[in-house]
Amino acid sequence: MISLSDYLILSAVIFCIGLVGIFVNRTNIIILLMCVELILVAVNTNFIAFSHFLGNEAGQIFVFFILTVAAAEVAIGLAILTLLFRVKDSISVDVINSLKG
Amino acid sequence: MLSIGKKKMEFDQILFYVFSFWFVVASLAMVFLRNAAKAVLFLILAFFSAASIWILLEAEFLAITLILVYVGAVMVLFLFIIKMLDIDKSALRAKFAGYLPLGLMVAAIVVVEMVMVLGYNQFGLEAVPEPARHAADYSNITVLALQLYTDYVYAFELAAVLLLIAIIAAITLAHRNETNRKSQSVSQQVNVKARDRMRLVLINSKNSGESDD
Repeated sequence: MISLSDYLILSAVIFCIGLVGIFVNRTNIIILLMCVELILVAVNTNFIAFSHFLGNEAGQIFVFFILTVAAAEVAIGLAILTLLFRVKDSISVDVINSLKG
Repeated sequence: MLSIGKKKMEFDQILFYVFSFWFVVASLAMVFLRNAAKAVLFLILAFFSAASIWILLEAEFLAITLILVYVGAVMVLFLFIIKMLDIDKSALRAKFAGYLPLGLMVAAIVVVEMVMVLGYNQFGLEAVPEPARHAADYSNITVLALQLYTDYVYAFELAAVLLLIAIIAAITLAHRNETNRKSQSVSQQVNVKARDRMRLVLINSKNSGESDD
């Protein structure tokens, strides 16, 4: 039998792989966005595992909304990315320094 | 880490470990590959593995949604953008190793902390027993739809509005004004005057009469 702990540890590992991806991929925003997607899938796996083991469907409905928001986020993010590439001719994180933060 | 050593592995357990293995391997490949297009393909493999694990958790509707929406739409959008933008591959990941030790340290600490919290003492089979499998005629979509259209209908409509705003925002951001395109200007059409439409020209009648013959 697979315990809830197995699912939670799996999603924790995937979450941290996405975290490492954000750390190491400083020069490509596309991969950075993909790492955020990976993190979201890990979190969704957590929600579904708890929903299954506690017998409550609210977790699955929450995942549904997370998927919706993530799809909207990707659409706008990639639109901003094409705009950035048109203006700066690069998609490196290093060129995004207009705000001098 | 595995608490079950003596008992024979069941079939769903084997499936879980196979899918988990490919999930982790594909995620690692996505993070550490240099080529962005290959990274997208490995992310697709990771999403398929995640969908398989969700099916093991009896969330069939969300698993199919993940494949249809993510692999079918979002990942294709990623591939399209990667192929459309001409990215200089040599410049990418130049400083790859710079942040790697810090990232690995943070990730290792987070994993160890989470395993300590989420371990088998707190969330093992003794603490949270596995629920009985649903009957064959159980419909996951029916259960979700009943809740989605009653308790969560307000959130559902908000999500629809959010998608509409995302469409408008994406089009507005990526739209470029075309110079050679014929378009309708409503304000000019409304503000037009009669003298703009017809111009009366006085023509010498004698010259025009001769040319008619």
